[in-house]
Amino acid sequence: MLDTMIDIVAGTFMILGCLMSLAAGIGMLRFPDLLSRMHAATKPQVLGLFLLLSALGLELRSWAVIPVLLLAWIVQLLTAPVSAHMVGRAGYRTRHLKRVTLVADELALVVEEAANRENTAHGQKPGSNRTDFID
Amino acid sequence: MSPQQRLSDAKNESGQRQRATLRQELPLLVWMVLVWGALWQDFSPGNLVFGLVLSLLVVNLFQLPPVILSGRFNVRLAVLFAFKFLWDVVLASFEVMYLAVFRGPKTKSAVITVSLRTESDLLVTAVGHVLTLVPGSFVVEVDRRSSTLYLHVLNVNDQAGVDKARADVLDIEARLIRMMGSKEELAALNAETKTAARAADAGEEGTP
Amino acid sequence: MNVVLWICATILSISAFLALIRLVKGPSILERVIATDVLLLIVSAALCIEMTVNRHTNNLMFVVLACLVGFVGSVTVSRYVTDRRNA
Repeated sequence: MLDTMIDIVAGTFMILGCLMSLAAGIGMLRFPDLLSRMHAATKPQVLGLFLLLSALGLELRSWAVIPVLLLAWIVQLLTAPVSAHMVGRAGYRTRHLKRVTLVADELALVVEEAANRENTAHGQKPGSNRTDFID
Repeated sequence: MSPQQRLSDAKNESGQRQRATLRQELPLLVWMVLVWGALWQDFSPGNLVFGLVLSLLVVNLFQLPPVILSGRFNVRLAVLFAFKFLWDVVLASFEVMYLAVFRGPKTKSAVITVSLRTESDLLVTAVGHVLTLVPGSFVVEVDRRSSTLYLHVLNVNDQAGVDKARADVLDIEARLIRMMGSKEELAALNAETKTAARAADAGEEGTP
Repeated sequence: MNVVLWICATILSISAFLALIRLVKGPSILERVIATDVLLLIVSAALCIEMTVNRHTNNLMFVVLACLVGFVGSVTVSRYVTDRRNA
């Protein structure tokens, strides 16, 4: 009885986890620009892997594997935001974004200011256009 | 980030490379030993000791600038935070799923600026990580000198949405400060909430 | 369990196909990177499901490694993309 119930819960988790992957796939295809697609690539996957790993833990029913499962999830938890940030930053700096889909862009003002400041501060120096924010 | 600041991570005033003390490295060592045990699925003392030897070797071979911990850690709040975080991850995932399926190409987003209260690198990193996973946003750019995050937020349709996203981020930061911020930051946060509460009270009295 | 396996396999195949479309279409290299990332995560999801159905943990290391490889890959490519424009 208990075994069947655990099986049912694990099965549900597996299907939900797969649906999260599907959400990522659909999001990749349907979102309008790179930065929105980043959301689809990171968020559902974290939950998806969590569900699949808990399904695995439920099926194996042994305490020894719990730390490894947790470790696998934590590794993803730590790496997913960093890679999202790196790709997103590269995307923003190389202007891979559609202005139409942005309601507000408060970073653009900062970029402009920084560029102006840089130009007035050392306008004559060669390579003065190498700011942190590239246009 | 200025070049000076980048240098100051690795070197002290006299130009020598800063070495982390054993006390500063202790959390890292404990974490590495636990990872070692988890990978072998074996937490027997012999294995852990070997893991410790390896961790010491790694820490001394590949030196990193020390992570400054605040010395405060509230376990009860951390557990609460973990559960809230898990629940938020579920909500955020379903939100992204809903948006992907039903809104698709019409989804609007925004790039917003949030200046954090904290100045600690660790907290800024933690806030960045948590909010990338939770409320439909991720970090585009960080200004370390002023602890300012530039975020891309999904599903923002107007100025009210921008304000709400900013409030969400500051709320995450407040919870993280309560959990592991330094005493000064905690005091500043408490003072701030007190003033806000007083202002709210005053506002209610003013408008009966 | 067999039914669940079939449902999961179907869903994962569809999502892998969608990610592949983005991989082929993706206007920029960054889009291709995140599409590859998604593909890698779908592979690790498949590994998880295989382990759950057959009740073993032999592939768990590959799941962890897939995360790390995806991380290193996307970080490297995005650094390269930014630096090329910066130089």
